[in-house]
Amino acid sequence: MSVSGSESEASRRSSKKPKYSKFTQQELPACKPLLTPGIVIGAFSLIGIVFVPIGLASLSASQEIVELVDRYDEECVTASDKIGFIQDTKVNKACTRKITVPKPMKGPIHIYYQLENFYQNHRRYVKSRSDQQLRSKDYKDPKAVIKSCDPEATTGDGSLIVPCGLIAWSLFNDTYAFSVNKKEVQVNKKNIAWASDKNSKFGSDVFPINFQKGGLIGGGNLNDKLPLSEQEDLIVWMRTAALPTFRKLYGRIESDIMASDEITVVIQNNYNTYSFGGTKALVLSTASWIGGKNNFIGIAYVAVGGICLFLAMGFVVLYVIKPRTLGDPSYLSWNKEDAGYSH
Amino acid sequence: MNIAVCSSESSYEPAGEVLQGNDGASTLLTRIKDEEWSDDRLNVPERNPDRYFDSWRVMNQYFLLIACLQLWSTITPVSPATTWGPLAIIFIVSASKEAWDDYNRYLSDKKANERRIWVVKDGVRRQVKAQEIHVGNIVWLHENDEIPCDLVLIGTSDPQGICYVETAALDGETDLKTRIIPSICANLSPEQLGKIKGVVECPNPDNDIRRFDANMRLFPPTTDNEKCPLTISNTLLQSCYLRYSEWACGVAVYTGNETKSGMSRGTAEPKLTSADSMIDKLTVAIFVFQIVVVLVLGLAGNIWKNSHGRKQWYLMYPPEGPWYEFLVIPLRFELLCSIMIPISIKVTLDLAKSVYAKFIDCDDQMFDWETSTPAHSANTAISEDLGQVEYILSDKTGTLTENKMIFRRCCISDTLYGDNNGDALKDVGLLNAVSSNDPNVVKFLMVMALCNTVVPIKSNDGTISYKAQSQDEEALVNAASNLNMVLTNKDSSSVEICFNGSKFYYELLDVLEFTSDRKRMSIVVKEIGSGKFLLLSKGADEAIFPRSCPGQEIKTYQEAVEMYSHLGLRTLCLGWRDLEEGEYKEWSKKFQDASCSLDNRENKIAEVCHSLEKDIHILGITAIEDRLQDGVPETIKLLRNAGISVWMLTGDKQNTAIQIGLLCNLITPESNGQLLSINGKTEDDILRSLDKALVVMKTSPERKDLAFVLDGCALEIILKHSLESFTRLAMLSTTAICCRMTPLQKAQLVGILKSSGSLTLAIGDGGNDVRMIQEANVGVGISGREGLQAARAADYSIGKFKFLKRLILVHGRYSYNRTAFISQYSFYKSLLICFIQILFSFSSGVSGTSLFNSISLMAYNVFYTSLPVMTIIFDKDISETTVLQYPQILLYSQAGRLLNPSTFAGWFGRSLYHALAVFLITVHAYADEKSDMEELSMVALSGCIWLQAFVVTLDTNSFTYPQIILVWGNFVAFYVINLILSVVPSLQMHNVMLRLCNQPSYWITMALIVTVGMGPVLALRYLRKVFQPSAIDVLQQIEQTNRHIETYRNMESSSGTYLDHLLTDLRRNKDSIHQPLLSESLACSR
Repeated sequence: MSVSGSESEASRRSSKKPKYSKFTQQELPACKPLLTPGIVIGAFSLIGIVFVPIGLASLSASQEIVELVDRYDEECVTASDKIGFIQDTKVNKACTRKITVPKPMKGPIHIYYQLENFYQNHRRYVKSRSDQQLRSKDYKDPKAVIKSCDPEATTGDGSLIVPCGLIAWSLFNDTYAFSVNKKEVQVNKKNIAWASDKNSKFGSDVFPINFQKGGLIGGGNLNDKLPLSEQEDLIVWMRTAALPTFRKLYGRIESDIMASDEITVVIQNNYNTYSFGGTKALVLSTASWIGGKNNFIGIAYVAVGGICLFLAMGFVVLYVIKPRTLGDPSYLSWNKEDAGYSH
Repeated sequence: MNIAVCSSESSYEPAGEVLQGNDGASTLLTRIKDEEWSDDRLNVPERNPDRYFDSWRVMNQYFLLIACLQLWSTITPVSPATTWGPLAIIFIVSASKEAWDDYNRYLSDKKANERRIWVVKDGVRRQVKAQEIHVGNIVWLHENDEIPCDLVLIGTSDPQGICYVETAALDGETDLKTRIIPSICANLSPEQLGKIKGVVECPNPDNDIRRFDANMRLFPPTTDNEKCPLTISNTLLQSCYLRYSEWACGVAVYTGNETKSGMSRGTAEPKLTSADSMIDKLTVAIFVFQIVVVLVLGLAGNIWKNSHGRKQWYLMYPPEGPWYEFLVIPLRFELLCSIMIPISIKVTLDLAKSVYAKFIDCDDQMFDWETSTPAHSANTAISEDLGQVEYILSDKTGTLTENKMIFRRCCISDTLYGDNNGDALKDVGLLNAVSSNDPNVVKFLMVMALCNTVVPIKSNDGTISYKAQSQDEEALVNAASNLNMVLTNKDSSSVEICFNGSKFYYELLDVLEFTSDRKRMSIVVKEIGSGKFLLLSKGADEAIFPRSCPGQEIKTYQEAVEMYSHLGLRTLCLGWRDLEEGEYKEWSKKFQDASCSLDNRENKIAEVCHSLEKDIHILGITAIEDRLQDGVPETIKLLRNAGISVWMLTGDKQNTAIQIGLLCNLITPESNGQLLSINGKTEDDILRSLDKALVVMKTSPERKDLAFVLDGCALEIILKHSLESFTRLAMLSTTAICCRMTPLQKAQLVGILKSSGSLTLAIGDGGNDVRMIQEANVGVGISGREGLQAARAADYSIGKFKFLKRLILVHGRYSYNRTAFISQYSFYKSLLICFIQILFSFSSGVSGTSLFNSISLMAYNVFYTSLPVMTIIFDKDISETTVLQYPQILLYSQAGRLLNPSTFAGWFGRSLYHALAVFLITVHAYADEKSDMEELSMVALSGCIWLQAFVVTLDTNSFTYPQIILVWGNFVAFYVINLILSVVPSLQMHNVMLRLCNQPSYWITMALIVTVGMGPVLALRYLRKVFQPSAIDVLQQIEQTNRHIETYRNMESSSGTYLDHLLTDLRRNKDSIHQPLLSESLACSR
């Protein structure tokens, strides 16, 4: 058995040895940053220095935005039985509101309706739609539609509704007509929805069928002659909001409005928020680079930046009062005496 | 020519089981209990299909339940794919790993199964595939053939009926073993061999490779119908090699999985690390939390539905729902919250663990050049336990020592040799005595040369080398030959020795074998020429002295033994006895009977041997040195500094053990240390000394090194009467020397420590350590000179004891740290997303809407968050050098400081805080006209991803390029994936990410989330690291600020005491307070 010679033996031996690589030996070059006072104070100062200006910029952008909010659900119904009033289809629900503009508003002015306490994100609601049906007229799988649009998939006699589902059924249907200083102003209702939604989510060959023909009438109706891709109010409405308070784009006023101009709005107050205690408001707002008026970002940035600067200063002060070199033996001996307290 | 092989049912009751071969049949065998015999069973170990599912345990059933619940569309918040997808991916990953292993195994099995083997059939030799060998076949082997199955040897080329086998593959012993044909098969010609018929009666298959208690009977006309006992020395076992014999043939008795080596292959019970059980506990806690959350939210949901929901006309709640309606909302929340328990944690941990194991296998610095053995982790799942070891129980011989025996001194008839220069072979006195034929010295040398199982092998050039199973025997024979008493030839019945040039012949009559109980061996020889019968014995002093002939003065010998043990030498006592022929003949018969018994054979033989081994004339004492392995004292010192209690368990004598203990730093000499001896002549004495030791141990000042010593007899009594106080003593004592331990007692000690909740590591090299290695939480085997048995049974095998420090302090510690992070992080990221869902449910009418869509949820769990966490397997908190310099730091992982309910609470708090930060900022920044569901959900998801990346980065101690690539590559991948997804029109997320990326407010929001989320974490961590640093922090700082080793040598005194203080403090509070280290909970900020 000892014949084979030492050569093969030697090679066998060396083959057993694991191959050396920095990877397997866990010896990859590594950078080990420590949380030294320099780094930490520097990081916090930097954050502070960057955040405060951004915050101030956002805040000023937000402040420049002129936003008029007019809650009208209370005032537009004078009857004591509000629910009865709103459900009565024969009553004239027109309601006129006057808003005075405090600051000049540059066009385009966005018109939003704002609903509060309306749960578009409720699980029952948010699931009740059929994207396939909205996208293509060829999609006629009744079972799938009924399943996904339940409980508003078919009319009483069983024929499919297009667009089906609770979301479409409860389409918001208040309308607004504007006049500035008694002069009528056109509301541009084009391009209020996402272009991508119009192009690929709502079919240009899908037309409303049996819509609001069921037993119960929910919200607004649709023009049967227009394909869904052009029913922008519906498209906007069907982008469900994540929060119970939300605004949706109604249209735009392209012209500027001067300060102290009086805007008269004739509202067709059709939508029922009364039965569940919701509110409705009309919002007119200009826009800037951060979007609509939102002080939160600005305030948060200034606050966080301020806190960071404060922390940085605090750390500097601590560093001056109780200087300690990391890993310094003298510091260790100091801590040794103190260790009694820490435990 | 049939040989029937009978397996008798358990406990050797052969009577009814013996069946005879069928003479007329054309096959060569009749297998008695005919079992289904599939071809590939020959070498393929059976796979237990449950094994794979075992490791998944309860958690899997949980996920399966969730996945099934999700099929109910009324309650599922998201598409079932969110659970089924990850489940499938995880299953595929694990299954393909298993499949790969199986495939490799299949390839090697196929190779083994298709080997061509010569088999004798109808007197004709022919070749068959190895898998076609059946029990009862006669297998014909040639020199250097691998033995394909377990055979009973019936013929060899050697006229004496001897052949040699190399058993290295079976037990790792590199020496050759002699195998001999049973007496009734002697004198059969090769032709006759093909024609014999008979019965082999053998026990059921087992895995004991040292035992084969069987019988063989041949049928007439071949020989008389006498039963012949078979022992292990009549067998050729599978996977051994035939050496130095032209041919050999045998009857197959066990094949396939029933062979000795097949039976011992069995899969080890999966061990659960203490980190694993902690994770399991935390999982249960989270599960309970989840149930509470589900119940509360379910109730709140039902209340909201009834008080508000029904008024919301657009929800169109039917006035009457089905009977199970009240269950719908809770079940929805159950599904929504199911992600609290991370589905990926098992797979992530399994992957991480196999990487740890690979690191161990590949470790350059644990490669033993001398024997060219790399470290190997047979068990890939328990590396964390290495970092939490509290007790090391070590064997002595071969583990702490080199097991290279060198004959150093001896004492022959009251004369001590080798005292002057420490080497008896150069002692002039002894050399003179040899050349002058001093009768006592000659007798002494004769026993050295004869009384053993050594095989002399003559090479072509005439030099003789010795192959021995015992290192001591080899040393003795070599020493004897240096003193001109040369063992020149040996076969099964005769021995030839050559003394001072003249040859002597002896007939070898019987070998009274060594067992650990008898602690001695003897042989009976007949001197050719004079015809004298002699009994030659050697053994441990306490086994021989009581059997010395009355009247012999043994005081000198006792003193010599004492002295040699003090020097750390192993002693053997040699003896001699002249036998009367009649006495021998009578005894021989009894011995024969005992050897043939199937029942309780070992005891019967021992009894018979006992009756002959008396009135021994003691010739002298040999002292053999067993040198300490390289680096043992340093390693033990380091391990003890690391807070590990090191116990030495040995079969050796107390004095030798204590000397070795002193030499290797295990115990401290008198002034600083104290050795408490637990012994006594009676039970009461022993128990009294135990109590005394306990009192001393309790009251002694802390700095003193205390250790206790006890021996096997004392342990037996203590275990019987006073287990409780012994356990208490064991808990208090950091060092112990237990000598005269049997393998079972070693395992018992491990069991005692384990049952008191300590994590034990057993390390050994020999077959006698196997039980303790298997019993311990972590078993380490030294692949040493005593064979591979221990290494095979162990979870880890290393070449030298000194590698243990690296295994524990480097690999174990890192593994623990990494697992602690990975597991807690997995919970953190799951909780984070779950808390966001819960927070969102408060603004969606507690209806169980999922904020995130199915794709995002699935990808979050499987892709976005699994990769970054894997980077931590490359992380090192402090460098290996620092760890080895400050081994005390091991206390952190040992005490489980990085993974316990308190650190977990920190992570829990962090995930809650981060969820609040993400959700509140998102909701406020994306309020009013921006509050589109898809956009808001994507903002929240991106917020989570940003935080993930920063959390991992902040918790990484050392950045290497794979880490940076994985963490930030994953971050970039998130955006790439989502941008790709956002151009697919059919998805809900269509265009969302594109729009967001174009909004400045999106990026501003992200920066805000990161700052608000990470700022406090950073500040708290900084404050703690500066004002209340942990020992790890201090070491990191020392490492960074003083890159040169020399620099911190200087500081070792001061920082060492501080560390010591920190660490002893830690140790004291080990069980009471858990100080969170990795994460900030509010409680630990100050």
